[in-house]
Amino acid sequence: MLSPLIVTTAVLNGLLNGAVYALVALGLTLIYGVLHIINFAHGALLSAALFAAFFAYRLLGVDPYLAVFLLAPVFFALGYALQRLIIGPAARGDDRNMLLVTLGLAVLIENALLYAFHADTRTIELAYAFKTIDFGFTFLAVPRLISFAAVLVVTLLLWLIMSFTDTGKAIRAVAKEKLGAELAGIDVAHIYAITFGLGTACVAIAACLLVPTYYVTPTAGNAFVLVAFTVVVLGGMGSVPGALIGGLVVGVVESLGGFLFGESLGQVSIFLIFIAVLLARPRGLFGAST
Amino acid sequence: MKGLSLIAAVATALAAVPLVVHSNVVLNFLVVALLIALAGQGWNILGGYGGQYSFGHAAFFGTGAYVTAVLQVRYGINAWLGFGAGIAAGAALGAGIGALVFRAGLRSSYFALVTLAFAEVLRILASVAPITGAGVGTLIKLDLRAQSFQFQSRAIFYLVALALVVASLVITQLLERSRFGIWLIAVRENEDAATAVGVDTMAVKLGAMVISAAVTAAAGCFYAQYFLFVDSGIAYGTWISIEALLTPIIGGVGTVFGPLVGALLVKALGEGARLVTGDAPGLDLMVYGVMLVLVIAFAPRGLVGALADVRDRLTGRITAARSAAREAARG
Repeated sequence: MLSPLIVTTAVLNGLLNGAVYALVALGLTLIYGVLHIINFAHGALLSAALFAAFFAYRLLGVDPYLAVFLLAPVFFALGYALQRLIIGPAARGDDRNMLLVTLGLAVLIENALLYAFHADTRTIELAYAFKTIDFGFTFLAVPRLISFAAVLVVTLLLWLIMSFTDTGKAIRAVAKEKLGAELAGIDVAHIYAITFGLGTACVAIAACLLVPTYYVTPTAGNAFVLVAFTVVVLGGMGSVPGALIGGLVVGVVESLGGFLFGESLGQVSIFLIFIAVLLARPRGLFGAST
Repeated sequence: MKGLSLIAAVATALAAVPLVVHSNVVLNFLVVALLIALAGQGWNILGGYGGQYSFGHAAFFGTGAYVTAVLQVRYGINAWLGFGAGIAAGAALGAGIGALVFRAGLRSSYFALVTLAFAEVLRILASVAPITGAGVGTLIKLDLRAQSFQFQSRAIFYLVALALVVASLVITQLLERSRFGIWLIAVRENEDAATAVGVDTMAVKLGAMVISAAVTAAAGCFYAQYFLFVDSGIAYGTWISIEALLTPIIGGVGTVFGPLVGALLVKALGEGARLVTGDAPGLDLMVYGVMLVLVIAFAPRGLVGALADVRDRLTGRITAARSAAREAARG
């Protein structure tokens, strides 16, 4: 039953799925790394982005993969505004308050979606959604390959931004030493908002990559974010390479776990890994690069 | 003690409500508000006084509810014993999770995350395990007798809920004035400093978690007896984790009466939103989300704290006016 071929296919599919987890986790870990806070609104924002991608296709006829170029800037602006206008002023720099404000936003966004669009499940049909490519030994779905490639490109772009632009340097400075950065003339509130915007843009891109093969509901994002929390914890809070590797690992674990034990136990196993890692190695398996 | 006499006054006033109000709708509303106040008081002991913000108090609520229900339905155990067992099970779970989590040194965001994860694991397990009735849930047989913890009259249910809430108020009041309570507040204000002056922060947090879990579990036990039905989405759902933290934060975090005031306000606004829009799904929760953000932005000490501020300002003004008058009289 466990032929190497089937296992290879499960592993490859896990890697492809894991790429999207990695992207969602990347947004989360970026925000954590700089603001030192877990953004509980991440899942609700992903759900909102899924709706945005869905309606961009249904109403405007924009292909989801092209919608990336529309939604990423829009959600960047949304994230920027949320942090600058709501989260920052409301929390006044207190960690516990920030947690609660993001939780409040999550409840608000999720239920606003529920109120506006009800709990109906929506999907879109695209001609290429079911296309596969024959690799000789296995078939892989085209949308998953595209999203895998897109995630690699986005990660590379993010790395370039963080490494070589002034904004990226400012973000890293704030993450390392907030007070020092402020004394050096960096506008910390602005950098916080930029970071939140980048994290939210990651979510928008993930939504565009998901929409061709996934369904849209007001709570669809939550499933991914709980996995993303696991990824972030595995990879080390605040670590970008950790998020990428962690995402791929979790994708493979889930794929193999689902294949061996069935869906709902596969889900529990992810949570148990999550709790175990938090308890045993809260810095993450790969250690955070702070 | 001033606090205890205030609790006695509030308890007497609330106990008189069924003498005046006979509407089942109003009594039902009040019972649910008291239930949430109880769950919130549990959260408040750990979160409000100890500063450990749990996002997964559903774990304790659900355990209380399931233990009460399952012991009766599957093992034929008396409802009152089941009620006690539910509270004990909640406390034990609190001790277990607390020992794991605090020993690992998880704080702030990590603590919120790991409590959320525990609640989710329990929810998924309860939705597949045969003993909980899996996806179907557990239905408690209707048996309207006092020895089965079921009452014909809403008013009696209301008084039982009130008794539980009053007990939680007394516990919190005594805690606030005790040495243990002072240690707990010290942990909230600055854990490292508390450790430095010799507070056993691990033991203090663990103790608070056990009391907190027991109180929230009591709310779960009461839920099971009142609605006679439990499933995984009700017992371990995020709704109760959110309402348990929302009520003390809206009412006044780390105050004795915060959860009660918050629960009445939150439930009133939720019902109001529902009345205005005709029960549209999501709207009452939207109101909760907005309230949470607004309270943190404008009244971080909640309603009780805001009222205290207003009182202080008024008395300050009166004192100022008096001294001004005295000055004027002196010429």
